[in-house]
Amino acid sequence: MERKNIVEIKNISMTYHTLDGETEAIKDINLNIDKGEIVSLVGPSGCGKSTLLSIIAGLIEPSKGKVLIKGKEVKGPTKEIGYMFQRDHLFEWRTIIENVLIGLEIQGKVNEKSYKYAEKLLDIYGLSDFKENFPRQLSGGMRQRAALIRTLVVEPDLLLLDEPFSALDYQTRLAIADEIGIILKKEEKTALMVTHDIAEAISMADRVVVLSKRPATIKDIIPINLSCPGGVQTPMKCREAPEFRHYFNQIWKELDIHV
Amino acid sequence: MYNKISKEHDEYLKKVKRRKRNIIITQILILVIWLVQWEITAKLGWIDTFLTSFPSQIWNLFIEYTVNGGLFHHVGISVLETIVGFLIGTILGVLIAIILWWSDFLAKVLDPYLVILNSLPKTALAPIIIIWVGAGYSGIIVTAVTVSIVVTIMNVYSGFKNVDEDKIKLLETFGATKFQVLKKVVLPSSFPTIISTLKVNIGLSWVGVIVGEFLVSKAGIGYLIVYGGQVFKLDLVMMSVFILAIISAVMYQLIAFIEKKLTKWQQ
Repeated sequence: MERKNIVEIKNISMTYHTLDGETEAIKDINLNIDKGEIVSLVGPSGCGKSTLLSIIAGLIEPSKGKVLIKGKEVKGPTKEIGYMFQRDHLFEWRTIIENVLIGLEIQGKVNEKSYKYAEKLLDIYGLSDFKENFPRQLSGGMRQRAALIRTLVVEPDLLLLDEPFSALDYQTRLAIADEIGIILKKEEKTALMVTHDIAEAISMADRVVVLSKRPATIKDIIPINLSCPGGVQTPMKCREAPEFRHYFNQIWKELDIHV
Repeated sequence: MYNKISKEHDEYLKKVKRRKRNIIITQILILVIWLVQWEITAKLGWIDTFLTSFPSQIWNLFIEYTVNGGLFHHVGISVLETIVGFLIGTILGVLIAIILWWSDFLAKVLDPYLVILNSLPKTALAPIIIIWVGAGYSGIIVTAVTVSIVVTIMNVYSGFKNVDEDKIKLLETFGATKFQVLKKVVLPSSFPTIISTLKVNIGLSWVGVIVGEFLVSKAGIGYLIVYGGQVFKLDLVMMSVFILAIISAVMYQLIAFIEKKLTKWQQ
């Protein structure tokens, strides 16, 4: 079956210039992502994972190479991409519904239809009762869910997740990762997720991309095929798959971490 | 509602209430005792009332000025000058801060000038301003503006700079323009800074107005103070200072009230 590439990353290199000299952060990265696929990006700390996301999002220009989204070259932020941060960055002075609508507001697309869609998403993901509340009245997990809805409402073709759970405590993190994994699959979203957590990467992704130390190159791409118990494909259940441990060890070795 | 309050909790609530009440009572008591001892020592001749005046004399003068209407004239003029100076200083200051935020280059260029202007006592400029602008209301208002504007620019600008970079990045991923970033995130998240600057500015505008009135005016609270000082009518000086204290406190509370109304999300 031929699937269409949503994202084509072509020969991306990135060099930073400061007064102290130059740093090569990323070197010659090539990667394609199919529609509906979730890809995890793991790599040693400071290897340039976030830089790569910023390049794909059009927030910074690469030194070399280009990124194509649905065949179109990225030149600055586009509405095809939704970006999710480590912290939820909900605006404290806006209610949840107002926060969720911010992207549409920026793009001048708040109308009855989009508003209904926002309400529908809030409803499906259990936040409709908190619509008129301010962020500080919500728990960390709920806030992160609201942040995801804010990203989904503008209907991006590609979601970029930059360690989206790392600011949460461990229990919340497991629960919300499970939930967001299910949401992404259900909404048939294509996603590229940066994470430090190997288990999270394996349980959520269709493929795990392992990056090397700086300058980051692709060391290996590992397709994940888990026989999740009972055929239930949720990240939480998939952690119980017999292959899980095998993938974990493989990625751990690839990461080649010495402290 | 919690209908059943345990005995301990009830005790606790009462204790908090009692403490709060005690603080207020003590505060009032200090004021009363101070006024009473002032009056008594004056009456007993322990202090020279020519230099210090005393409460009942000040009060009588207050009644006199209120009845003949002179007080409202003076207070009205000073309040108007202060409000106009405050508004111009604040609005202009915020606008300039926005321009600096917009152009990093300009901000860097102007930085040393702002630092020097900030450390300079602005009241030293008052004579120059009054000569340039004119010895009337406009001169006094411009003096008030000069006193408050530099602090406004510096505080608000640093508030803008402290806005979370990621919040701005978030809006940029949605394709926000610079103006949208300003309107949707930079201004609202600097709101607490702006409000606290306003609170400072009320006091600073009064400094500007009083200094301006000292130098040139024919009316206003500052005029009353200077005039009272020149003719050694200390009761007039004291009365003016009291009125000044009360009005500026009211203005401060007004801003605090507006702040509370506008920052519902913080409560």
